[in-house]
Amino acid sequence: MTLKFKLIIVFCLALLCSTPWILSPYYMTLLLPAVAYSIILLGFNLLFGYTGLLSFGHAMYVALGAYTVAILTSRVGIKSMELNILGAALVCFLISIPIGLLCVRYVRIFFGMLTLAFGMLFHSILFKFYDLTGGDSGIKVIRPNLFGVDLSQMDKTNFLIGPFFYYSIGLMVILAFVMWRIVHSPLGLHLQSIRDNPRKAEYLGVKVHRFRLIAFVISAVYGGIGGALLVVPVGLADPELAYWTQSGNIVFMTIFGGFNNFFGPIIGAFAFIGLKDQIVSQTQYWRLVLGLVLILLVVFLPGGIMGLFKTKKTAARSQEIS
Amino acid sequence: MTAFIDIVLSGIFHAAVLFLLAGGLQLVFGVQKIVNLSCGAFYALGAYFGITFVNFSIQQGASPSYLLALILLAGTLIGLVGPLIERLLRLVYQREEGFQLLLTFAIMLVLEDLIRMIWGATPMTLGNISMVYGKLNFASTTLPVYKALVIGSSILLALALGWMLQRTNFGRIVRATAENRRMSEALGVNGVWINVAIFTLGTMLGTLGGALVVPTSAASLDMISEVVVEAFAVVVIGGLGSMRGALVGALIVGLLRAFAVYAYAELEFLLIYLIVILVLIIKPSGLYGKAAE
Repeated sequence: MTLKFKLIIVFCLALLCSTPWILSPYYMTLLLPAVAYSIILLGFNLLFGYTGLLSFGHAMYVALGAYTVAILTSRVGIKSMELNILGAALVCFLISIPIGLLCVRYVRIFFGMLTLAFGMLFHSILFKFYDLTGGDSGIKVIRPNLFGVDLSQMDKTNFLIGPFFYYSIGLMVILAFVMWRIVHSPLGLHLQSIRDNPRKAEYLGVKVHRFRLIAFVISAVYGGIGGALLVVPVGLADPELAYWTQSGNIVFMTIFGGFNNFFGPIIGAFAFIGLKDQIVSQTQYWRLVLGLVLILLVVFLPGGIMGLFKTKKTAARSQEIS
Repeated sequence: MTAFIDIVLSGIFHAAVLFLLAGGLQLVFGVQKIVNLSCGAFYALGAYFGITFVNFSIQQGASPSYLLALILLAGTLIGLVGPLIERLLRLVYQREEGFQLLLTFAIMLVLEDLIRMIWGATPMTLGNISMVYGKLNFASTTLPVYKALVIGSSILLALALGWMLQRTNFGRIVRATAENRRMSEALGVNGVWINVAIFTLGTMLGTLGGALVVPTSAASLDMISEVVVEAFAVVVIGGLGSMRGALVGALIVGLLRAFAVYAYAELEFLLIYLIVILVLIIKPSGLYGKAAE
């Protein structure tokens, strides 16, 4: 990482941290889900961009994280956000292991279909088992304490764009740093070699299934933590979070930002949410416009937004791979 | 006993419609190797267009007793949007499956809003028009004749498809192309044309399914994403790319749903997904599919 690159990141972070003084509260409430989705997509891209497995059921882990927070805060009465996040991560960790063990044996379309089936299975559990999950009305989320400080008396907007906003950014920075270390470690190299040529990787001694499973579990945990952050501003965990079209949106955002690039998913999350907000304010037919954008992306700009900034060197490299 | 026959009949009716949709998916997957997520939008398109077409025809003085013919005509006509969509998909045949899947997802979003623009967001029905054929006394229960006609049409369509694929020259070319595209093109098959023809046929099966079901239930925007997962379950259980698989899968899913709704409504979809997962784990190629890589 060059110095110039580091400076750009520091500048972007400083800009993000100063938004409460620049943007109106309305736009601030859009930044919160964008930060949460950044975390979700960072995890998703470890699986998709780095390991080459396209999951069409990733919304399941987002919903798992969200429901964990909802149940812990409103039913169990655990208010500490840190414990809630740990809980969400732990639940996703434990559930993704058996599911991952079954899924990582398959690749390509079969992997996508199996994850989609698990996602929909979870959705129908959320939807139908009313006593446990509240059915279609979902479960309320009670405002958690941050670092043990009780903020329940604070005005909702002030809480969200103040302490909670910086809390989310802090978490995003930590998790992004961890992910950066993961993809630049031997583990990350293992995953990329599995993506590019699983047979050769196996021949060279890479335990393909085990590493796919590791990527699967890490991405699920990121999904759960993102889901935990996502649900606090909304105040409600509902089954819609786990529906398969949500998984489609996760893939959409990742491609939008650029799955070839480490920072692509983060850009994708912010760009997608900003774009969607602009379109929704202009027309009720936002799906049409978003769908057209997606068609253009897939056909003409598969590298996403980050693909636009690609240097000649990386362009040549990705040409080689494809 | 009455309840049992009722369940079986409603299951078979559901299976008849699902088969059409899943059959379309199978054709397209077999030849173009694309899992078409936008098939649910075709289904809804058929349903909405069916309503408009039937209402318009009746206003023009057509007798309601032509309902089935009108519905079949509507489903076939609107299926002609197929070539337009195929033109778009043609841009990604050489690309990774993820991008193909995403493109069909985008097409679904676009079609969903086009339907919303034309027909509005409130669900629409054809009212009681399907009762024009009366009811059939069947054992100790009754079955609306229209439903029996739908089951019959679906069986006829299945037979026609089977005949076309197995016995005609076109069918042989299609199967050869599905088997080995490069070889069949080397032997002089016009691959571009096969793609257009098969995709249009697949689209038509989807729109026909939607049109056939609409006299008995409402057309709504929710049906788009709901029916996709059901058709997908059929395809996975039966095996990707196999028409026989679509038939057996549709019967399994249709009957299971009918029994689950009757016995324990909470299980409705749960059971289907559980079976999908079981099939994928034990035999990922499905009951009739070719072995997975």
